[in-house]
Amino acid sequence: MTRHLMMIKLNGDPHQLAQPLSVSALLAQLEIDARRVAVELNLAVVKKAAYDSSLITDGDEVEIVNFVGGG
Amino acid sequence: MSDLVIAGRTFRSRLIVGTGKYPSHAIMKACHEASGADMVTVAVRRVDISRKTESLLDYIDTSKIFLLPNTAACFTAADAIRTAHLGREAGMSNWVKLEVIGDEQTLFPDNEGLLEATRVLVKDGFVVLPYTNDDPVMCRKLADAGAAAVMPLGAPIGSGLGIQNPNNIRIIREQAKVPVIVDAGVGTASDAAVAMELGADAVLMNTAIAGATDPVMMARAMKLAVEAGRLAYLAGRIPRKLYASASSPLQGVVGS
Repeated sequence: MTRHLMMIKLNGDPHQLAQPLSVSALLAQLEIDARRVAVELNLAVVKKAAYDSSLITDGDEVEIVNFVGGG
Repeated sequence: MSDLVIAGRTFRSRLIVGTGKYPSHAIMKACHEASGADMVTVAVRRVDISRKTESLLDYIDTSKIFLLPNTAACFTAADAIRTAHLGREAGMSNWVKLEVIGDEQTLFPDNEGLLEATRVLVKDGFVVLPYTNDDPVMCRKLADAGAAAVMPLGAPIGSGLGIQNPNNIRIIREQAKVPVIVDAGVGTASDAAVAMELGADAVLMNTAIAGATDPVMMARAMKLAVEAGRLAYLAGRIPRKLYASASSPLQGVVGS
């Protein structure tokens, strides 16, 4: 039996996941410091307190943003 | 000289600076120190997943400097609202420098979208600082919609043209119930001084410092200009007159 890989859209690009992940787990996998970013899951901002409980699954759209230089 | 107070929060400096376009993060940090600013603007953008990049926040002492996320490059109220919410979650403050841009070439605000986004974000609990035209009527509408300050432009963003409509800035200051921050258009120190002499409560700038040949020296020049302009405003300038009036006594001139 072939293993089904999940596809999500991450910051506008296709991104493959082996299994459903929490937001915390995705950030850890990407080596991103959770304290310095904001995450949107299917257009809704995910509160930091909900990173562990928010599950990303097949077809989800995820945006991860941070602060950059600007005026 | 009194502190700047916006939405109950006190700032020691009346100069607000950006974090974009500096030659390096280290130079930006030195500019922030030289400027004396205790509020800086930041933009909200996608994290670069493909490579590790230096974090801007490693170069900002957030124990001393308050972060003001912007909604730069948003062309609709909906995009600006979405970005503001992301900025709030990333920064853990409910302040936003609200930009809804109406034109790519001039970066002039789309005032219709700006007013709409202001209303929504105020209702969502944000402290909204909208970047707007130097239009007293628009500024009044924004304040009535709950904006914590109004930020009329001096000239187009990054243009360095200086204060193009000083009379409007004066009118905005006289009529506004909220702090007035001249945002954008400053090119050099005298422009910042002029804005403050007109009565602006603060000046916000980025390119004038970041793009200067010596950004750190310019940051210091801007600090002094903002202070000088504020003091001159408070001191009350003399009226303009067409003809001379002598400063030295006319009596007792030798040979008279």
